[in-house]
Parts: sequence; structure tokens; C-alpha cells
Amino acid sequence: MAEIRNYTLNFGPQHPAAHGVLRLVLELDGEVIQRADPHIGLLHRGTEKLAESKTFIQSLPYMDRLDYVSMMCNEHAYCLAIEKLLQIEVPLRAQYIRVMFAEITRILNHLLWIGAHAIDIGAMTMFLYAFREREDLMDCYEAVSGARMHAAYFRPGGVYRDLPDSMPQYTVSKIKNAKELARLNEGRKGSMLDFIDDFTKRFPTYVDEYETLLTDNRIWKQRTVGIGVVSPERAKNLGFSGPMLRGSGIEWDLRKKQPYDVYDRLDFDIPVGKGGDSYDRYLVRVEEMRQSNRIIQQCVAWLRANPGPVITDNHKVAPPSREGMKSNMEDLIHHFKLFTEGMHVPEGEAYAAVEHPKGEFGIYLVSDGANKPYRLKIRAPGFAHLAALNEMATGHMIADVVAIIGTQDIVFGEIDR
Amino acid sequence: MASKKMEALGSVVERVLGDKLVSSTLALDELTIVCKAADLITVATTLRDHAELSFEQLIDLCGMDYSAYRDEPWDGPRFAVVYHLLSLKHNLRIRLRVFAEDDSFPLLASVNPVWNAANWFEREAFDLFGIVFEGHPDLRRILTDYGFVGHPFRKDFPLSGHVEMRYDPTQQRVIYQPVTIEPREITPRIIREENYGG
Repeated sequence: MAEIRNYTLNFGPQHPAAHGVLRLVLELDGEVIQRADPHIGLLHRGTEKLAESKTFIQSLPYMDRLDYVSMMCNEHAYCLAIEKLLQIEVPLRAQYIRVMFAEITRILNHLLWIGAHAIDIGAMTMFLYAFREREDLMDCYEAVSGARMHAAYFRPGGVYRDLPDSMPQYTVSKIKNAKELARLNEGRKGSMLDFIDDFTKRFPTYVDEYETLLTDNRIWKQRTVGIGVVSPERAKNLGFSGPMLRGSGIEWDLRKKQPYDVYDRLDFDIPVGKGGDSYDRYLVRVEEMRQSNRIIQQCVAWLRANPGPVITDNHKVAPPSREGMKSNMEDLIHHFKLFTEGMHVPEGEAYAAVEHPKGEFGIYLVSDGANKPYRLKIRAPGFAHLAALNEMATGHMIADVVAIIGTQDIVFGEIDR
Repeated sequence: MASKKMEALGSVVERVLGDKLVSSTLALDELTIVCKAADLITVATTLRDHAELSFEQLIDLCGMDYSAYRDEPWDGPRFAVVYHLLSLKHNLRIRLRVFAEDDSFPLLASVNPVWNAANWFEREAFDLFGIVFEGHPDLRRILTDYGFVGHPFRKDFPLSGHVEMRYDPTQQRVIYQPVTIEPREITPRIIREENYGG
């Protein structure tokens, strides 16, 4: 009789379903996974070490590059940690803007996730649909910060600037005729809030479209139901958070349980799964998109009615206005000191966590009173999730590994840091 | 600014851990406790299993190198591991800090049997700080390159590293060579005295 041996398969790091640079060493018995050993670190840039040699504001744009599909949520945690150590108050309008953009980011993230997850397991259309909506939200990013992805918009003490009064318009090109232009620019006539409001009115229909494609789809169910089941006890022990924890039936959302900024003033629900499989996590994330849409609508209504400052007037933390700098000696000095030496954060340590689209994203900041952090630790939700890949994939077929990577919503920027 | 909830947690922890608790500080509404390296597993298990605490989730585990703290010589053990725990049941967080006694060979017990989430976090702390976790099932490097030398997050490791990689046309392969860039500091690190500038 021939000797039967396990087969070792190298998956990635250049594989389209590896969601970046995951190298996965799979030990197979036929088509069944015996062991999955993820090799990470191919995108390790040493963000935490780099932050130790930069002032607090200089390392803020690094946060965008952690989880590069939910940029502003990373900045949010970083700003909250600094604000906690400094013990400064953030203006209410800034808090609403932050929450609104955190939720826009959540939709952005979940749209990319649903597109990538679906294309991984065979549904091409979702990718195209999801990117159509992402385009509108990216435009919001661009209008408010000037960058489509790496915004650097949230700052310690508030946000960089107030929302713009107009949206950029599409212009004539070879591929866009007048009729097409009129359609594209229809929602962009008013202010940015009008545009977002228009989007939130359209968005629930789009989510319905996604659901008609996937929720009752036989192939989708065959690929996700019963795949990567995690019991509530295991989910807790493995350090899961966010939709991965909620998919296993644990009602836990930092926005509700430990509210930060203005989440305690907003009305929204937490979707919870039942079975803890990939399909439940899919349902949880789709419902989260609808809830985020509700939150954005409430923020738009509040922001319309309440103008005000968007960053703290403590000039040790935030720069003074341009006009002030041109006419006022003290403001000029503040500006100069802030951008050369940076702010001094009192000695101490703080941990600030946000409900990131992927789970609990935390920043542990240790300051020894200098103008740079002594130690910055980034708690990435994906790190704990990917660590559990072996347990989730063992015993499944090789094709299910892709479904499990998809359901974990892996992004290497945050895992490798 | 400390809330009643955290004060209550502080007294519960003090009562439950008793003499195993080295110190407990409540600052910025966060409770930090310190225990001895020898008691780590007992303390961790108590924190997880005691009904009034039930910290069933290990949220984060990270290494710390205190050798350059406040730019002064550091008095005390150099390496520490910081555990961030979360109790879903009571909606509480706690921070546990454990110092490794030996600076030349920092060694701590692995909390992997208590919280399985510790597996990769401990590998990361080993990789970046060289802290060894006794009883860890698979203590390999995780974030750095295959065959990397040194522990990059230690304060005495230069920001630009020791080696760089380039393609060598004569040997027709990628080679390592000593770094050719000079580390430079654009913004100096400054610690100001109390109440500087008002």
C-alpha cells in the first residue's frame, strides 16, 4: 500500500484572495485542512517604533496607513487616547463630525469587505456594486480633507476644519456626455451635508440590492452557512471583538457599552448573530451598514442646526486661526511652538478604544511628559482574529479557507502595523 | 474624576488578590495593578474566574522597555509586560503590569492557558522586545523578517536598524549589507519642567 502523507501548500503572499500579504502555510490531508499557519509581518513598518521618534501630531497620518480601508476610525482612537491624557474637552460639533465620519468609514469598510468577500467566493457583481457606493463616500473624504484615503482629518482636540459648503462637481470629459454629467452632479448642487443626506436616502435601497443578490442565494449560503463556526465561549477566549464577537451571539458594542464622543446621544441598534458562522457575520455586517446609515442621518440633522467651533481653543494642542496668526503675536508663537516642538502630553498612560468596523481598535499610549510618546501600542482587532485562523479553518476544506479569511475581514495594514 | 465603578473595582481587586497585589493605581479612570512575575498565573486565573471580576477577555498584551524613561537612568527592572483585560459581564477594564526580574534574560510565564488570545501577542512581545514566555506552545518570531537578528522595539535598537537589503547584480540575488543611512532627529525629544509656558 502506498504511503499517504500530508501535503503542504503555500498560499500567498501574492494571492488575490489573501487580502494583501498573507502567507499561509496549509497542511492538508487530501482537501481537508489539518493545520493553517499564517506567516504575517510582510507589511511590518514599525509604526509603533516610528511614533516614538515623532511628535504627537506627526504620527497622526500613520494611523491612516494602519487599517487602510477604515482610515478615520484609526485616527479616532489615536485622538481619543491623546485627549484622555491631556484631559481636554472637544467641542460638541467636532464630536458629531467625528461620529458621522466614523460611521461613513464603517460603511466604506463594510462595502469593501462585502465586495471582496463575495468576489472571493464567486460573486463578481457585488464588487462592482460596492465600489459604486464607495466612490460617493470617498468624495466626502476628499471634500472634507483633500485626500480620498489618507485623510488625517481628525486631530487631537477636534477635527482639522469645518465641513465645506460645496461639493466638487464632475466636469466634461471624453467618456461623460451632458446627460451623464447632469445625473452625476444632481446630488452635488448643495453643501456637503446635502450630499451626505442624499446618499443616506439612497443607501438603504442599495443595501436591499446587495441582499437580493446574496442573502437567499443558494451558492452564497452553501459557501458560508456552517463555515468557521465560533462558539461564544471560544470567541471570548480568543479575544474576538466587533462583528466577529457579535456574530457568535454576544451583544457587545463599545459604542453602546462604553460610549465615546456623542454615541450616547444617538439612537441605533446592535445586530447580533445566532450561530457564529460566516453567514451570521455577513448578516451582522449588512445590518450594521443600515444602522450606520441611521446614525449618519441623525448627525446630519444635528450638524445642520448647530454651527460652532470644530476644534478646541486650547492653542497648546490645536493651532490658532490663520487670521489670528497674522495679527496677534501670541498666536504666532503658539503656532510656531506647536509645529516645531509639538505638544507636551502629561506623564501617564491611557488606553482608548473605539468600535472600529473590524472590532475593538485600541491605542495604548505611555507618555513620560515629552513632546513624543514614550510607547505607543496599537491593539489591532484583525491581529486577534487572524490568530484564530488555525482553529477556525482546521477540519474545513481548502476552499473554505478563503471564505474564512473573507469573513474575518483581514487587512494587513493593521495586523502588521 | 475617578468614577464610583472603578473605585469599587479597586477595592474588590485589593480584597481578592490580597498580598499578591504589589500596587494598584487609579488614574484617568483606569485601574492599573502590578503583580510579581512569580504570581502571574495565579493572579491571571483569579482575574478571569472570580465572579466579581470575570475578566474573560485578554484585549491586549504588549511589551515595554523602560530603560529610557524620562531620559534618565531607570531604577528597577527594565522590561515589563502590560496586559489589558476586559470583562464583558461587568463592563470593566483593568490593566495588569508585570515586570520581568532579569534584565539580561527577561522571562515570564505564558498566560496562553488562561487566555488563548495571548498566543500571537506573546510571540509579538518576544519578537520585538525579546521577552521570553515560559510554557508558550510556539514561541517564534512573528512580525520581523525570517532570520532577523535583534529585538527592534528595545530602546537601544536604532530606528534605522542594522542591515539593509538590496539586489546585487553580480551575485544576481538579494543581499543584506550594513545600513548606509545615518539616523537623524529632526524634532528633538524634550521633557519640559512643570508648568512650562504657563
